[in-house]
Amino acid sequence: MRYLIAFILLLVPASSMAQLNVFACEPEWAALTASLAGDQADIFTATTALQNPHHIEARPSLIAKMRNADLVVCSGAELETGWLPLLLRTSSNPRVQLNQPGYFEAAMQVERLDIPTQIDRSQGDVHSQGNPHVHLDPHRLLKIGAALSARLQAIDAANAALYAQRLQQWQQDFNVQLSQWQQTAAPLRGKTVVVYHDNWKYLTEWLGLQQIATIEPRPGIPPSGADQKRLLEKLSQTKPDFILVAAFEDTKAADWLGDKLQVPVIILPFTVGGDKQSGDLIALFNRTLQLLQKSQPTQSSSGQPAP
Amino acid sequence: MSHSFVARASAAAFVFTACSFITDRSLQAQTGTITGNEFNPAISLILDGLYTDYHDDFALPGFQIGGEAGLPEKGFSLGHTELGISANVDDSFYGSAVLAIHEHDGQTETELEEAFVETLGLGNGFTVKGGKFFSHLGYLNSQHEHAWDFADAPLVYAALFGNHLIDEGVQARWLAPTDMYLELGAEITRGDGFPGGENDGNDGQVLFAKIGNDLTANSSWQLGVSGFRTNFLSRSGEAHAHDHGHEGEEEAEFVMNNGDVEIVGLDAVFKWAPTGNRQAQQLILQGEYFKRDENATLDFSEAGSNVVADYDGEQSGYYAQAVFRFLPAWRVGARYDWIEADNQLVELEANGIDLEEFLADTGFDNTDPITRETWMLDYSRSEFSRVRFQYSYSDLPDNRDELFLVQYTMSLGAHGAHRY
Repeated sequence: MRYLIAFILLLVPASSMAQLNVFACEPEWAALTASLAGDQADIFTATTALQNPHHIEARPSLIAKMRNADLVVCSGAELETGWLPLLLRTSSNPRVQLNQPGYFEAAMQVERLDIPTQIDRSQGDVHSQGNPHVHLDPHRLLKIGAALSARLQAIDAANAALYAQRLQQWQQDFNVQLSQWQQTAAPLRGKTVVVYHDNWKYLTEWLGLQQIATIEPRPGIPPSGADQKRLLEKLSQTKPDFILVAAFEDTKAADWLGDKLQVPVIILPFTVGGDKQSGDLIALFNRTLQLLQKSQPTQSSSGQPAP
Repeated sequence: MSHSFVARASAAAFVFTACSFITDRSLQAQTGTITGNEFNPAISLILDGLYTDYHDDFALPGFQIGGEAGLPEKGFSLGHTELGISANVDDSFYGSAVLAIHEHDGQTETELEEAFVETLGLGNGFTVKGGKFFSHLGYLNSQHEHAWDFADAPLVYAALFGNHLIDEGVQARWLAPTDMYLELGAEITRGDGFPGGENDGNDGQVLFAKIGNDLTANSSWQLGVSGFRTNFLSRSGEAHAHDHGHEGEEEAEFVMNNGDVEIVGLDAVFKWAPTGNRQAQQLILQGEYFKRDENATLDFSEAGSNVVADYDGEQSGYYAQAVFRFLPAWRVGARYDWIEADNQLVELEANGIDLEEFLADTGFDNTDPITRETWMLDYSRSEFSRVRFQYSYSDLPDNRDELFLVQYTMSLGAHGAHRY
């Protein structure tokens, strides 16, 4: 027994004493929390930018992290439905259960797109609460940031002033960037895109891009050869300007389609850490816009894909 | 006309419901959108069907067969159709029940697989569960059969637990406040689920410890050690089971009286997926070892004759398996089973048949290992459907058998996450 206790004490992280333990489901929320909480938070990120957040397993390491969390920050709106409820249940942590201050769903703080009027699995893996991939719209991100800061202030009241100040600073920085992004992105308005999975809705809405097709025949179902041919046929009449794939997604289907249609395939970081240049949220937007612009041919002929 | 109106009206109702979420969840109660079904529990239905072909009846010489151990019926058959209902009861409890419906000799039987309540966020790492539940002993035992990677239980599970250790009782678990996953747990149960039996009451005890972590972003592991013990006044079973039925066989009764059982086990799992995306590619390696020690007075009776003997059994077994998802929809798997019994029997009483005849009939004194090799290929269009092909080759002391099966497993409705 004495050995057991000694062993357990050995495993207790020394850093977890005064700080707020934050469990972020995805890197974008870890980055947002870091901006808003600074050194006050010890943040654990459950997924990397190269992982599909739909299909994470409730691994032992995640259960252990959830047990010690003071705040859980996730996309919500059913994105993590395959693993988060089980983690909450097995963690036995009362601070982060549903409807507790320590449980924060980012997508539920803003208006969501694509709320289905009918739910049937033949349509694939649809989310009844709407599209949960909200972080690529900077306007929504600003709202989420404010709500998250309010939550931090409520949980850690002693440092409320500090969080309020950090929020102000972050909003200021972010707004400066936002007006620049709007300018740089203006020429992209009206471009047509094909996406691999329906996780670009908020970006395309913000930028005024027009999504004309998804490569997945239905959300969460990888395309078969027949699905691909059908899509190619459909698109050869109305070619998109480009194809978008997230860094964590398989590019094979998109590459094949891009090659057949002679349309550029753009692999976007999707979230913080999706490539080397996307180290935080501001960098993520900078990099995303840079990649989108770079792929645009200087003249508007539908010729070779840009280098 | 009226149809599209209904569609539009329900769409409007849905958007309205959703909007009430958007504004502020605490406002929801005031907006009057509660329609009576918003508190519906999660309901899931698992459909499971089989086509099976093999030569001989199920036999495990050296083991008294109990619980659910056996083979599916030859030809077309239904496996367990599982109806599961679960929900948070309130902010402190979670409840779940799973009914298994299956066909048995042309009759439909309903059996309660699990029905339990569990604390929710009790704090300090503690969780308490009560009711009827799958014991957390071992690794596979706490999973439902549809979550297993092969269509049947490993031989060591079939032989020692009758496929699954299920019992009624209470469980307490404690999750250590460590960076690494460490969980300790204990169960006290009625002790009458096989390999237990009828007893004075609540003699079943289980202890388990699990530890696990990530190695890298690509891989994770879990190790477990567990133990089970109980006493029983009487435990019935079969010397060898026949495709879940007894028709055409002589009436034979195989009872263990005044016994005690002890089981210890080790389990290990390792999972690897490139960049941690298991839906693209994944390798799962897992294995479990169990050893059972039991003592009882054996009573075998057949057509008016019986033999009574003092029984001291020492049995052990393991399985090791590898399952690899090589394409998003396709997986292959291989499993190796090994079990062995070493039973000491001393004749106490013989009426009409003696111990030697009994042993010749049943092979209960077997000391040669039984092995089996199993190969599996499955296809999943989505995470809710699966079609599986399985072939296995068993090597018994005096017999060899092959088994081939095709199985579909489909999941309708809410389908909660599976445990690691």
